[in-house]
Amino acid sequence: MGNRCAVIGVGQTEYRAKRADVSLAGLVREAALRALEDAGLTFADIDSVVVGKAPDMFEGVVTPELYLADALGAAGKPMMRVHTAGSVGGSTALVGASQVQAGRHDRVLVVAFEKQSESNATWALSTHSPFSASLVVGAGGYFAPYIRAYIRRSGAPGNIGMMVAVKDRLNALRNPYAHLKLPDIDLAMVEKSMMLWDPIRYLETCPSSDGAVAMVLGSERAAEASTAVTGRRPAWVHGAAMRSEPMGMAGRDSVDPRAGRDCAADVYRQAGVTEPRRQFAAAEVYVPFSWYEPMWLENLGFADKGAGWKLTESGATAFDGDIPWNPSGGVLSSNPIGASGMIRFAEAAQQVRGQAGEHQVPAAADGSRLALGHAYGGGSQFFAMWAVGAAKP
Amino acid sequence: MPGSPHARSVAIVAFAQSEHSFSDLGWTEADLVMPLVNEVLETTGLQRSEIGFTCSGSNDYLVGTPFSFVAALDTIGAWPPIAESHVEQDAAWALYEAWVRIQHGDVDTALVYGFGKGTVGDYAGISSLSYDPYYVAPLMPGDVGMAGLQARALADAGFAVDPDPTPPPPTDGAAAVILAAGDTARRLCPRPAWITGLDHRIEPHGLGTRDLARSESARQAARHAGVGAGPVEFAELHTRFEHEEALLRRELGLSEECVVNASGGPRKADPVMATGLIRIGEAAARIHDGGARRTVAHAAAGPCLQHNLVCVLEAGEAGTAGTAGTAGEAGED
Repeated sequence: MGNRCAVIGVGQTEYRAKRADVSLAGLVREAALRALEDAGLTFADIDSVVVGKAPDMFEGVVTPELYLADALGAAGKPMMRVHTAGSVGGSTALVGASQVQAGRHDRVLVVAFEKQSESNATWALSTHSPFSASLVVGAGGYFAPYIRAYIRRSGAPGNIGMMVAVKDRLNALRNPYAHLKLPDIDLAMVEKSMMLWDPIRYLETCPSSDGAVAMVLGSERAAEASTAVTGRRPAWVHGAAMRSEPMGMAGRDSVDPRAGRDCAADVYRQAGVTEPRRQFAAAEVYVPFSWYEPMWLENLGFADKGAGWKLTESGATAFDGDIPWNPSGGVLSSNPIGASGMIRFAEAAQQVRGQAGEHQVPAAADGSRLALGHAYGGGSQFFAMWAVGAAKP
Repeated sequence: MPGSPHARSVAIVAFAQSEHSFSDLGWTEADLVMPLVNEVLETTGLQRSEIGFTCSGSNDYLVGTPFSFVAALDTIGAWPPIAESHVEQDAAWALYEAWVRIQHGDVDTALVYGFGKGTVGDYAGISSLSYDPYYVAPLMPGDVGMAGLQARALADAGFAVDPDPTPPPPTDGAAAVILAAGDTARRLCPRPAWITGLDHRIEPHGLGTRDLARSESARQAARHAGVGAGPVEFAELHTRFEHEEALLRRELGLSEECVVNASGGPRKADPVMATGLIRIGEAAARIHDGGARRTVAHAAAGPCLQHNLVCVLEAGEAGTAGTAGTAGEAGED
């Protein structure tokens, strides 16, 4: 793992269907300035900038880090641009953390964003290589068959997905940054919503959002200096890993991908986690379609194979459950795609820093347990995760 | 990191590039990448399972599809699942990410690759989309128009350059490199090309804020990489346009004796997003073949050399220029 690394500042924009009030540069700068303020720093204190987002076709700006260098105070500094599909927000955080863990830099600004109102994400995701044909439309078209396979394998009741959709939207009511605010949400409302990609209903899918998130990642020295100024404690990285597997490989289990299991195992080994359900106080997990909660509960080892849906059904993953998943409202409530992974990482950090506000999980506030941040992308083939805690690893 | 007492010595131990093509031969990204990955594995004798980290660089817009790197991943044998990442940048920056990752100490080897299918797109149009989307991109200046501004600025500043640049031909191609640390590098390669300095810097995008007769970020990257700590015999520069060589020679502090782009350089093969990695590979190859003891590679991105990466490679790891990196930190920026 190398040197210690901590989250010393977090900044998020409000997530909305359309942020017409800001340019792309204005959007990322809003998140970056909030993260710097949280860390008690300015752009001048930053050694290196890492930007992440999903495909450039979402905004029609190619390699946008070049244009964003000015707004992110990167002039004279190293700047990287990460793209690992939907997992990119998580990967971007890990690339930034790596620069601290390598001893290369003391303070790295990581920023992830998407301004999806600039295009139509479903069609941007449906454009395929001129060398191969595609038979699906959008991410939902791709993932619905996996979900049907999960339901068939596990024998899960048909309402589990709807339970997740309700739970995450109730959580979003506690989060001032969340995009979807549906105070009247209940199972009936979800059930009545239009079927998009069977079994994914309209209210079981994520919104399309504009937004950005930023974190300042710091060395031990930088973390101590920030805490001395702000009085806020850092979130220490206890484990971090990426894993990828091929999309097109016979025999690959795309419902319960090995890359996800291997990635979690690597993070848990580093962090000393053997019982995730007990040792994590909260988890922010990339759930873009409701059914991915029970699927990832199994893939990440919170439940036995085939039993993830029972945790959801029992209320264990609700805000007042024993292992709250997505207390922020998750991807189901805010989804600027390229940022969604980093939002998970940042929300996990805020939980163990005791800075999550109204959606602070009480069991996480004292910092005695860890929180998990998770992102995935591509055809359920790219994974990025970290475990963070209030105690120095 | 170089300059730190805990720095790990990392070397390029294998390099392969495609037979670049100026026409579309019907190859997919996978077709371009797979033979090269096989070649660098064969050169080193490494098994796929022995690679500790993998990182690649590519650009979705070249073929007009999101996630063009996903298909390439299918070719490299990512099973069991691998620790892997991707930059939407020239793969020289993927090499930088991998080199940083090896510094953690728990991983000893990395595979880096980059690929570009330039023949199927309109690069003037694609490059225009990489400029400020509100004020510059709508003018569709293209890479050649932007380069013309810099060529004119250089000519006006007294450089003997042609103020009317021509672009290199669109190219399909790819490259792959294997990095290894310390004893592993010595085991895998008879003459490892040790990375004794590696740094990159960006400068503002707005051309109005820059003096185009200079490249401040190239100068900074060269200083932090320690180019000046010793003589440079060969340099491979990411000069897509002829006038850039004169500027980069000055900003990198290269002597007149230094041979630039002995490989032919980007003017002879420019598979976008692999072009910069090829510079590093070519500079390493001069050390692998015993032809040089100290070489420099440079990669660039953005209009008028906005973003520059500089890599110093040496036949010996002792007395490394890493210490020059520390000196650079103390220097004026």
